[in-house]
Amino acid sequence: MTDLLIRGADIIGHGRSDLLIRNGRFVDPADAGSDVDTLDADGLVALPGLVDLHTHLREPGREDAETVESGTLAAARGGFTAVLAMANTIPVTDTAEAAEHVAALGARDGHAQVVPVGAVSKGLDGVELAELGLMARSRAGVRVFSDDGRCVSDARLMRRALEYVRAFDGVIAQHAQDPQLAGGAACCHEGEISGKLGLPGWPAAAEAGVVARDVQIAELTRSRLHICHVSCAETVDVIMWAKQRDINVTAEVAPHHLMLTTSEVVGYDPTYKVNPPLRPNEHVEALREALADGTIDAVATDHAPHARHDKEHAFAEAAFGMLGLETALAVVMETMINSGLLNWTGLAKRMSIMPAHVARLADHGRPLAKGEPANVVLVDPAARAVVERDNSASLSRNNPWHGRDLPDPVVATIWAGRVTYQKGS
Amino acid sequence: MRHLLSAADLDRTQITEIFDLAEEMSLVQGRPVKKLPALRGRTVVNLFFEDSTRTRSSFEIAGKWLSADVINISAKGSSVSKGESLRDTVLTVAAMGVDALVIRHHASGAPWQASRWIDAHVLNAGDGTHEHPTQALLDAFTIRRHLRRSAPDLVSFDGQTVAIVGDITHSRVARSNVLLLTTLGAQVILVAPPTLLPPAMDTWPVRVCTDFDEVLPHADVVMMLRVQRERMSGGYFPTPREYTIGYGLTRPRLEAMKPGAAICHPGPMNRGLEISADAADAANSLILDQVAAGVSVRMSVLYELLGGAE
Repeated sequence: MTDLLIRGADIIGHGRSDLLIRNGRFVDPADAGSDVDTLDADGLVALPGLVDLHTHLREPGREDAETVESGTLAAARGGFTAVLAMANTIPVTDTAEAAEHVAALGARDGHAQVVPVGAVSKGLDGVELAELGLMARSRAGVRVFSDDGRCVSDARLMRRALEYVRAFDGVIAQHAQDPQLAGGAACCHEGEISGKLGLPGWPAAAEAGVVARDVQIAELTRSRLHICHVSCAETVDVIMWAKQRDINVTAEVAPHHLMLTTSEVVGYDPTYKVNPPLRPNEHVEALREALADGTIDAVATDHAPHARHDKEHAFAEAAFGMLGLETALAVVMETMINSGLLNWTGLAKRMSIMPAHVARLADHGRPLAKGEPANVVLVDPAARAVVERDNSASLSRNNPWHGRDLPDPVVATIWAGRVTYQKGS
Repeated sequence: MRHLLSAADLDRTQITEIFDLAEEMSLVQGRPVKKLPALRGRTVVNLFFEDSTRTRSSFEIAGKWLSADVINISAKGSSVSKGESLRDTVLTVAAMGVDALVIRHHASGAPWQASRWIDAHVLNAGDGTHEHPTQALLDAFTIRRHLRRSAPDLVSFDGQTVAIVGDITHSRVARSNVLLLTTLGAQVILVAPPTLLPPAMDTWPVRVCTDFDEVLPHADVVMMLRVQRERMSGGYFPTPREYTIGYGLTRPRLEAMKPGAAICHPGPMNRGLEISADAADAANSLILDQVAAGVSVRMSVLYELLGGAE
C-alpha cells in the first residue's frame, strides 16, 4: 500500500507538521520513501477523525431513507471516521445477532467505522431488558445501549439497566423525555410559539426531570450514564450539579440545538420538527456555554434521515428528525470556533476524543502521532458555502441547513489510513 | 387577498370591507331565489380532513349562493395511517383545476403547508387547535350587528370588552377571535382554569383571568367555548360539576351580566355544562344570529378571494 504524506497541516491548532501514513497508522514523516502520495495541507487544520455518538443509519428496515453505505458516506463527507448506529432499526438492534449484522454491514459497506448501539429494552418497549450482556460479548462488542427515540421512563428498568452494564463497562444513553409530560402528540417546545401555533408542546421539565432522576440512579448504582441530545438550559443545570458530585455522567448536544430556535417552526415546515424540539434562544445560548465549559462533553449529530413522504404530512403527523452528519462540523465551527467559545483542541475533544471515550473506541479520538491509528480529517477554516440539500450523500433531504451560508470545512477524511472523502474528487 | 389562513391576515379596513359586503350578501338570504352569479364558473372544494357538518354546510351554501361549483371531499383520518401524504392529497385535489380549497384539518398548520404546495386560493376552515378565521369573522360580524342596534355607524370595537371563557388551550375559535377582536379594537379577556390556558400568555394582547365572576360584570360580550368531551377525562379539571360551577354561564351568572351585554357560543353547545339553557335561549343570546351570519360572512370571504378581476 502506497504511503500517504500530508504536508504542512496545522495539527489540532498546535502548529504545522507533516503526517505520514503507512498501513493505516501514523509513522515518522522522516521515513517517507519514494512510493508516496502527497496531500498538500497548507493552510488546513488536521483534527482526529470525528466520532458521532448518535447516528440513525436506518438499515436494516428503512433503506429508502438511508443505508449503511449512504449514511457512512455522508459521515465521511462530514469528517467522521466512526459513527454509532442507533438501535431503532427494523428489526431493533436488541440481540447479539442483530448487533453483529449491523457491524457486518458496516464492515462491508462502511465509509467509516460503524459501531452498533444496543437497545436497552426488548423491542424498545421499555418493559424488559434486552440481552445487554450478549450484545456486549458479541463480535460487535456493544458498549453503548440506548432506547433512543423513546425514553427509558420506568425508573426500575433504568436502575437495572445501569446496574447491569457496569459488569462490562457499558453505558446507558438516555433519551430523556417524560412520556407523561411530553407524550406522543408533543411536537415542539412548549412556550410562546407552541401556544400561538396551537401545537401540543413539550416543556423543558419533561427532559430535565428525567435527567434529574437518572443522575441520582447513576449515583446509586455507580454506573455510567450518558444523556443524549440535551436541548434545554434546565438539563444543563442538572448535569452540572451531578458532575459536581462526581456522578459518572456524560452528555451530548446536537448541532441543530446550538443554532436553530423554536421560531423556525412558525411556518409549520416539518423539516424543523425534531425530537427533542428546537428551543428558544436562551436555551441555545446555555447549550453553547455548557459545551464550551465541558458540562456537555460531546457533540452528536442525531442524524435522522427520513423519506420525503414521511415529512410531507401535517406538522403534528410528520416524522421527527433532521440530517446532520455532513453539516455538523460546519455548525460547530460557526457557533463555537468562530464565536471564540472553543479552540481546535476543544473542538477535537468534543467531536472526537470524548465521543470515542464514551463509546470506548480504542482506535478513535487518538492523538495524531506516530504509532496511532490514522484517523484524521483535514479542515479548511476559511471556506464557506451555501448548503444545497441536493448535494448530499444521504438518501434523504430533510436538511434544515438548506440555503444557509455556513463554513464548508472538510477537505479530506481519512479512516484507518484510507481516504474516505476528498473534496472535489 | 390570496389566501385566508389566519385572522391576523386582515387589517381593520379589510375586516370592515368583508362585513359591509356580508351585510349585502345577507339580503340574498331573504329572497325567494337565493342566487348571485358572482362566482359562476369557479370551483370551490371543501377538503375536510375532520368532520364538521355545520362549517362544511355553511361553506357549501355560501359557495352555491354565489353560483360557484362546490364539491365536498372528506379525507377523514390521519394521512399517515392512510399511506397518502398530506401533500399528495392536496396536490391531487388541486390538479383537478379548483380555484379555491377550503381546508379543515385536525392538525394545526395544515392549510399553511397546503398554501405552499399549490396555486389555488386556500381558505382555512379550522386547523387543529390553532385558528378558525371565518368563525372569528362571523362572531365579530354578529357582535357588530348587535352593537349597531344602539350605535348604527359603529366601525371599531374600541371600548368594548369581550370575555372568552373556557378551554383556551385547545380552541382555534379563541385564537382567531383574540387576533380579530383586538385588530378591531376590543379589549379581550380570556377566562379559564390555569390548566386550560396556553403557555406564555403574557405575550398575548389580552388580559387573562381565572375568576369568571370577577370579569363577568365588565364584559360587553361573553363568548362561551365548548368543552370537548375528551377534556373531561383528560384531567384538566376535576369534574364537569366543578367546571360548571367555576366557569359555566349559569342562571345566577346570567343575572350578574352587565345590562345589555350579549352572549355568544360557536356551537355545538353542551347545555348544562358550559352554558345553561336559560343563558343559551336568553333574549341577549346571539347564538342563532351567529349561525345565520356564517353563510353571509363566508359568501363575502369567498367573493373577496375569488371575485376579483383575475
